[in-house]
Amino acid sequence: MALLEVDEVSKSFRGLRAVARASFDVERHTIAALIGPNGAGKTTLFNLIAGVYRPDGGQIRFGGQAIGGSPAHRVCAAGVARTFQLVKPFAELSVLDNVVVGALHSERTVAGARVRARAVLQRLGLASKEPMSASQLTLAERRRLEVARAVATRPSLLLLDEMMAGLRPGEIDELVEVLRSLQRDEGITILLTEHVMRAVMALADQIVVLHHGEVIARGAPASVVRDPAVLDSYLGEDALAGAEP
Amino acid sequence: MTLDTMTLDATTRAPGRRRALIAAVGVAAIALPFLVNNYVLSVVTLALYLAYVGQAWNVMMGFAGQLSLGHSLYVGLGAYASAGLFFHYGIGPWLGVWVAILLCAAVGAFMGVLAFRLRISGVQLSLLTVAFAELARIGFDHIGWLGGPGGLFLRVADRGRVDLLGFRGPPALYYYAALALTAGALGLCALLLRRRAGFYWRAIREDEVAAESLGINVFRWKMKAVILSAAMTAIAGVFFAFYYNSLFPEQIFSFGRSIEIVLGPVVGGVGTLFGPIVGAGALVLLGDGTTEVMNRLGFDVPGVKQVIHGVLLLVITIYLPNGVWPPLARALGFGPKRI
Repeated sequence: MALLEVDEVSKSFRGLRAVARASFDVERHTIAALIGPNGAGKTTLFNLIAGVYRPDGGQIRFGGQAIGGSPAHRVCAAGVARTFQLVKPFAELSVLDNVVVGALHSERTVAGARVRARAVLQRLGLASKEPMSASQLTLAERRRLEVARAVATRPSLLLLDEMMAGLRPGEIDELVEVLRSLQRDEGITILLTEHVMRAVMALADQIVVLHHGEVIARGAPASVVRDPAVLDSYLGEDALAGAEP
Repeated sequence: MTLDTMTLDATTRAPGRRRALIAAVGVAAIALPFLVNNYVLSVVTLALYLAYVGQAWNVMMGFAGQLSLGHSLYVGLGAYASAGLFFHYGIGPWLGVWVAILLCAAVGAFMGVLAFRLRISGVQLSLLTVAFAELARIGFDHIGWLGGPGGLFLRVADRGRVDLLGFRGPPALYYYAALALTAGALGLCALLLRRRAGFYWRAIREDEVAAESLGINVFRWKMKAVILSAAMTAIAGVFFAFYYNSLFPEQIFSFGRSIEIVLGPVVGGVGTLFGPIVGAGALVLLGDGTTEVMNRLGFDVPGVKQVIHGVLLLVITIYLPNGVWPPLARALGFGPKRI
């Protein structure tokens, strides 16, 4: 059984179909990428899985358990953590305290949460920033802080919403490395939305392409990027050359 | 965000110095009634009272980020509940305080459910708190059993005799009670900030959506903050009733009183531990101090206190938006710790 099963899920906003009968699975311990042009419904689909929105129809199952329509804090309790496309750090809290908040989800005491938070910050290369307030971080560091906070909750599935947008190529490569190691060492399954194809090709075991709210292709990266429908609607011929669309 | 959300470097904290200063302030506070006259004692008692209510308000706004501009509601309800029980049935404040706490917790919970389930937040939430206080102000005018607009009066205390059970006695008794309340609230807040509640409340204050995504039941934790804040403020109401002995709906529930509660923490530093105490002290001492100096010099200037409060607030919002406590804490060598 796949860890995450999205089954015929739909969502409309005032008659506008944002997601239309979308179906795909994410297998345990893999990295899946959700790609598609702006407005394709990627973030909506994310928010449906994370419990921000309630689906109009269809089923979302996580570890066999139906989570579609559950509030966000319950989805987190089930083992799904997420980051936000527009980062939402707890600006006035220190970097360490930001991650402690996440770690308290899985730890009983503040002292235990602090130990866990330090370990996660170490892993994400933010250990030296611990005492700084989150508002003092660069964008790349804030993105990593979001990952740290989410990972601190000990999720089995991590949802990453456009982590790479606005980052320099060097920063992207660093983050790709970090995500790879999280998946490898902590056994975390990752579902990410991304425009930066360089990161998608480096990370994904599976790609799901969304267009006008519908899944138009899914499968291994090498085959998806050659799919005529995908090239036509989203990537364009340049994608294979590695250029950012 | 600003330079006052400074780097927190664990190595620069000075716990020894901090403890020494707190001990010195504590000794001075206990010795105060033997050192000063009753007028000064009454001014300090007022400052402590405002410091305590400010701390109670700070739990809701400073920690959990929910702005109440109607906290006079809980002062008034607590005061009227305990005073009514005493006036009609002779039930003393030690029992009355529990009724006051339960009543205010229930009203706070009702408002919380109403606001948070309907997703009312920010300015709308503040207006709702004002509306509840106004509703009480007008409503209590029509409760003849509690004196209506004519007021409810308790027999003034015999200043010569200490009656702990009836909470009656000399000014020093009320001073010590206010001191105990302020110290107790400080201890409670210090404890809560270090625990799960402190982390969750501050996370909610900073970003509710992010907090919810990390598994925090935002509704439940906001309710906890509102109920605790209301219950703490209820105790202030009981103190108010037995200290001032006269209650008028027009005064106790007034919007001005709610603003007075907010002023201390704003001046001292919203969300900080010592801010409400420092702020209330600064406001009362500067306000009453100036009035007293003016009187001694032979000037009778009514309203000078309000003018000073206004100017102080203006200066602080412009130059110290995080309140006077954070820079003061650094100057005292407490280390750059925000609380």
